[in-house]
This record gives sequence, structure tokens and C-alpha cells, in this order.
Amino acid sequence: MTQERLELFEVFIRSKRGLDHKHVGSLHAQDHEQALEYARDCYTRRSEGVSIWVVKSSDICASQEEDSESFFDPADDKPYRLAGYYKLPDPVDNM
Amino acid sequence: MKTTLDEQELEQIFQQRIDNEQKIEPKDWMPEAYRKNLLRQISQHAHSEVIGMQPERNFLTRAPSLRRKAVLLSKIQDEGGHGLYLYSAAETLGTPRSELIEALQSGAAKYASIFNYPTQTWGDVGAIGWLVDGAAIVNQVSLQRTSYGPYARGMIRICKEESFHQRQGYEIMIALAQGSEAQKQMAQDSLNRFYWPSLMMFGPHDSESAHSARSMKWKIKRETNDDLRQKFIDQTVPQIMFLGLEHPDKEIRWNEQRQHYDHGEIDWDEFNAVINGNGHCNRQRMEHHLRAHEEGTWVRDAMTAYKEKQRKREVQVA
Repeated sequence: MTQERLELFEVFIRSKRGLDHKHVGSLHAQDHEQALEYARDCYTRRSEGVSIWVVKSSDICASQEEDSESFFDPADDKPYRLAGYYKLPDPVDNM
Repeated sequence: MKTTLDEQELEQIFQQRIDNEQKIEPKDWMPEAYRKNLLRQISQHAHSEVIGMQPERNFLTRAPSLRRKAVLLSKIQDEGGHGLYLYSAAETLGTPRSELIEALQSGAAKYASIFNYPTQTWGDVGAIGWLVDGAAIVNQVSLQRTSYGPYARGMIRICKEESFHQRQGYEIMIALAQGSEAQKQMAQDSLNRFYWPSLMMFGPHDSESAHSARSMKWKIKRETNDDLRQKFIDQTVPQIMFLGLEHPDKEIRWNEQRQHYDHGEIDWDEFNAVINGNGHCNRQRMEHHLRAHEEGTWVRDAMTAYKEKQRKREVQVA
């Protein structure tokens, strides 16, 4: 019964200094502090991380996969944004 | 005294981390001077990306073909994005972006002096991609290993995206160098005007550089100004040769013993004059930046007004 009143949190873990936090999963908790402790207990039992972020799932605004064609499509007709598009002669191709 | 001892201990842990090649992350304790030094360097880097859009923008309406125009537009768009990555990295140090931009506009913060040179011909657009972005890449590849995590990650992203900038510039140079006599002359002229200012991008000699020694100890910088400059000089010689253009440095000579090119001295008086506000375009760049910012006020106001309207509607419904 009380479970239903708990909020959903998304968990992000930095596995090593210098790397980005990466999404690993989610959990239910009463508040941020509790979510952080649960995340530690659930997701870092084998020293998977040096830092944890927790974010309320309701605070995440996400694009929809079904919309991806209209959302991302213009990128596909711009191949000149990639280095390989420019064919340079061998002697100077190392830039 | 207990407090000073704590500070010393913290500083020891901090330096230990750096010596062990570990990154410093935003919530870590760091010496105030490290934070200040980083903020100066990252914000200067961000300002350079943003101001750097101006000289290239000058040729957007005059690019010789639709393809060249689309490429240039993409490159300029990248520079704006790179400014954003860098401002975000700087903000993790606790200073809001508005303050950083204010410092740029008041002249308290600097940007790369190269962007105070005018773009006079289409050849200059080629030379900028090839030499200016080329020099920036040498510097940024090295900074991928900087000690501050958010800065290092920003550099990795930027280097990946930027790999096309130099190649499109060199492609322009090839087209000109293999074109008519007048086009070849244009390529030579752009090379002559942008070569030395590109070398200046690496900053003063190590012996003259105010921040160098400490930045190296803290691994904010991983290689010295002179070492990075030498790398750029060495890689550029065969590229000039391939174009069949004349090297602007008459003293350039391979040194078998050093396994590097010896080179002539930079005109440091010019470097100092441009840094201190007396380049060709210093005033123009800042005026344009301010004007663009002011002319955008109505957009920002409209966004705020719209959000306020939405909020009021939600309140009414509820």
C-alpha cells in the first residue's frame, strides 16, 4: 500500500573519475536522500561507482522514439559534417 | 592551527589525485587558485569559440557555391555549440554564465587574439579552417587529458566534432592552389597573413608565460606552449609543400639533431598589440557581440512572457 506513494527515481553512476555518469536503472524512494542510499545498496554492491546521481523520473523530459524521423532526420542529409566526407590526397590525409 | 592544517591536508589529497592521473570532479575540494585558473582558461576558450564565429560569418553570403555555403554554415554552427559545451563546463565551477559573458563584454576576460584579424578573401576562410582550427586542434587534443573532468570530457566531444573543420579548410586551399594563377595568389596571400597569427595562438614562450608552470603542476595544461607550437609547425611544413605554396617563414629548416623544424621568431610586438585591443577588428568584434546580445533581448523577453502566461493558465485550470 505505501509502495504506491513512493516516487520513482532514475539512477546514474559514475564508474570512474573522469567518466560521465551513466544511467543504470531506477528505484522507488521517499525522497532524494533515501533514493541515494537505496541506489548505493542496489547498484554499487560491487564497487561499480565512485559517484551517484538520482533524479526524479517525473523531472525527465524525453523525446519519443516514434517521433525520431521528424526529430532527427535533417542530420542525415548533411554528410559534410563528418571528416570522412573530405577526400584528401594520401600525403596530407593525416589531419 | 587546526584549520590551516586541514587545508594543507586537503591540498595534499588534491595534488595526490592529480599526480595519480585521476580527474578532479566538480564537487571535489580544490584550491581556490586552481578553480580561478580553470575558470579563466575555460571561459576564455568559450569566448573564443563564440567570437570565432564572426570572421567566418563574413563569408556566409559570399561562399562560391551552395555546397561551400552549407559546409561553412555547419562549421559555424559547431563553433556555437562548442561555446555552449565550454560555458557549461565553466559553470560547474560555480560561476553563472551571465557573469562570464559580462566579463567578456567589459573586456575583463579575453578571447583568442586570432579572431581580431579580418577575413578579406575566400582564401582566408580556407586558411582559417586549415591553420586556425589546425592549431586549435593541436591544443585541444592535448587538453583531452586535462585534470578537470568536465573540461576533459568537453574537449573529447569537441575534438570528435571538429575533425572536419580542418579538412574542409584544407580542401578549399587545394582547390585554390590548383586553380588559376589569381586563385593560387589568393591562397598564398591568405597563408601569408594567417600563418604567424596561428603560431601566436599557442601563447607566449614558456619562459614568458605567467600561468604556465602552475598550470603544468596542476595538469590543467599537459604540454607547454612552445612544445605544442613546435608540433603545429612540424605538421604544417609538408602541408604547405603539398599545396606548392611558399613557406611564409624564411628561416624554416629541418634540424636533424632535434628531429624538429627550426623556425623564425614571432613578432611579439604585434601579438601584444592585438591582445591589448589594437588589432584590426577588436572593437568591431565586441560591438557586434553586444549588438547581437541586445537585439536578442525581445526573444528572451518573449520566452519569459510565454512561460508566465502558461503558468497563469495552469493556475486557473487548477
